[in-house]
Amino acid sequence: MAQTEQEILEGLANIVNEETGVDVADVQLDKSFTDDLDIDSLSMMTIVVNAEEAFGVRIPDDEVKNLSTVGDAVTFIKNAQA
Amino acid sequence: MSAGSSDTKVVITGLGATTPLGGDMPTTWEALLAGTSGARTIEADWVAKYELPVTFGAPIHTPADQALTKVEVRRLDPNAQYAMIASREAWQDAGAPEVDPERLGVAIGTGIGGVWTLLDQWDNLREKGPRRVFPLAVPMLMPNSATGNVSLDLGARAGAHTIVSACASGAEAMGFAAEMIRSGRADVVVAGGTEGAMHPLCFAGFAAMQALSKRNDDPAHASRPYDVARDGFVMGEGAGIMVLESEAHAKARGARIYAEFAGLGMSADSHHIAAPEPEGAGASRAMTEAVRNAGLGASDIIHINAHATSTPVGDVAEAAAIRRAFGEAADGMPVSATKSMTGHLLGAAGALEGLFTVLAVHHRVAPPTINIENLDPEVDLDVIRDTPRELPVGDIAALNNSFGFGGHNVALAIKSYS
Repeated sequence: MAQTEQEILEGLANIVNEETGVDVADVQLDKSFTDDLDIDSLSMMTIVVNAEEAFGVRIPDDEVKNLSTVGDAVTFIKNAQA
Repeated sequence: MSAGSSDTKVVITGLGATTPLGGDMPTTWEALLAGTSGARTIEADWVAKYELPVTFGAPIHTPADQALTKVEVRRLDPNAQYAMIASREAWQDAGAPEVDPERLGVAIGTGIGGVWTLLDQWDNLREKGPRRVFPLAVPMLMPNSATGNVSLDLGARAGAHTIVSACASGAEAMGFAAEMIRSGRADVVVAGGTEGAMHPLCFAGFAAMQALSKRNDDPAHASRPYDVARDGFVMGEGAGIMVLESEAHAKARGARIYAEFAGLGMSADSHHIAAPEPEGAGASRAMTEAVRNAGLGASDIIHINAHATSTPVGDVAEAAAIRRAFGEAADGMPVSATKSMTGHLLGAAGALEGLFTVLAVHHRVAPPTINIENLDPEVDLDVIRDTPRELPVGDIAALNNSFGFGGHNVALAIKSYS
C-alpha cells in the first residue's frame, strides 16, 4: 500500500511527536534528526520500530545511520513501500 | 560545604508523594487524618480474564498522566513515573534548593521495579517478535530506573542509589540518604521509595502465598491491621519522597525544616525468606538501635508508625517486637497502622510511612488506624483507633518500622526540630 510523500511525512511526524515530544510542525523534510530535532540514537530506534509497524516496511539497523534527515526517512519508506 | 561527620545533623526539608489517598502530600495527609480508605475494586479487564482470586487493591488516586507529559508517561514505567511525580513535589516543597550538583544525591528504594514493562515487552516478543520489543525496554524495566531518572531530572551527581529490600526498601533508602549526608558524601539527598506493581502477576503471586486479603466484597474494610478478623494485606502503589539535608546547609539557605532525621536501625532475621521471626528479635534490635543511634532513650519515643500490614502473623510479631524492645515504655508509644488506609505500597510503604512520621512529629498529631472492630488481644499496644491523636508539646520523637521479605528490618527515628 504505497502512500504519498505527504502522507508519510504526516505519519512520521506523529510518531516522532509521540516518542519524543517534538512538535509535529517541526518535523520537516530538511530537518536533521540529531542536529535540529535533538533526537538521540535510542529515541531514533523507538521511531524506527514504530515507523516499521505504521508503514508496513522493514528498516534494517544498518540503514538507520543513513537516515540523517526527516526527508531521508520519508524517501526510504516511500521506496520500501513501492 | 564541609565534609560531614558522625555528629552532622540531618534534617528534612521537603516532602512529596503520590498515593492511593491523593496525588500529592497535603491531599494524602488530609485524607489520612480523616480516616479515608484508598482501596477499591479494580476495573481492569485482566481481573476477570485471569480469574484472579483477589479483585481489589489501592491504586494511585490521581493518574500519573495528570502530572507528567505524554512522552514521560510513554518512556517511564509506572514505577519511575510515581517516583518522578513525588520527587518533583518534594523538590519544590523544599524550595528547589540551589545546591552544587556534585553534593546532591538520590536514594530511592523499590521492591519489584519495572514489572509492567518487563512483562509487556515479554508479551511483545512472544506475540510480535524481537523487532517489536521497545528499544527503551531495558532502561524502563531495570530496578534503578526510578533512581536514574530522578537523578537526571534534578541534575544530581553525588551518587544515585537504588535500595532493594522488599517492603523495607523505601525506609532503608531514607536511612541510606541520611548516612550519605552524615559521611560527608552529599549535602542534600532526595530519597524515598516507589512501586507500581499492581500487575496481574503480582496479584496472583501474592495471592498464591495467601498474603492478600480476599475480602473482595468490601475493599474499604479489607485492610484491618490488629483486628481479629484480618486476613492479609491490600496491595497498593505510589511513591513517597523526602528531601534530606545537612542542618548546616538547610540553615544557610533559610529552609523550612519539618523534623530531624535522628536515627537509623537495621537488622536481618535470617529466619525465613518470607515469614517474620515470631518472637520479633530482629525487629526489636532494629528499633532499639534506631533509638540509640538517635541519641535518645525509650521514653523520648511518643509514637510509632508500625509496619502492620494486616496479615495474621506479621501484625502480632511486630507487636511482640515493640514490647520486647521497649517493655513498659511501650505504653507511652501510641501506634498507628496507616496501611489500614493506604494499603501496602510494598517498596514505597516504608518511605510513605516515613513521611507520615515526619508530619506526625511536625504537626504533633498521629494518624488513626481504621477498620478495627475487635482489637486482637495479642496486640498489647496503645493503638490509635478511628480518629487522630494529639501528640505532646516539647521535644518529641517517633519511630517508623518497616520490614521486608528476606528478613529485612528497618526502623527510623524522627525527632521534632526547634
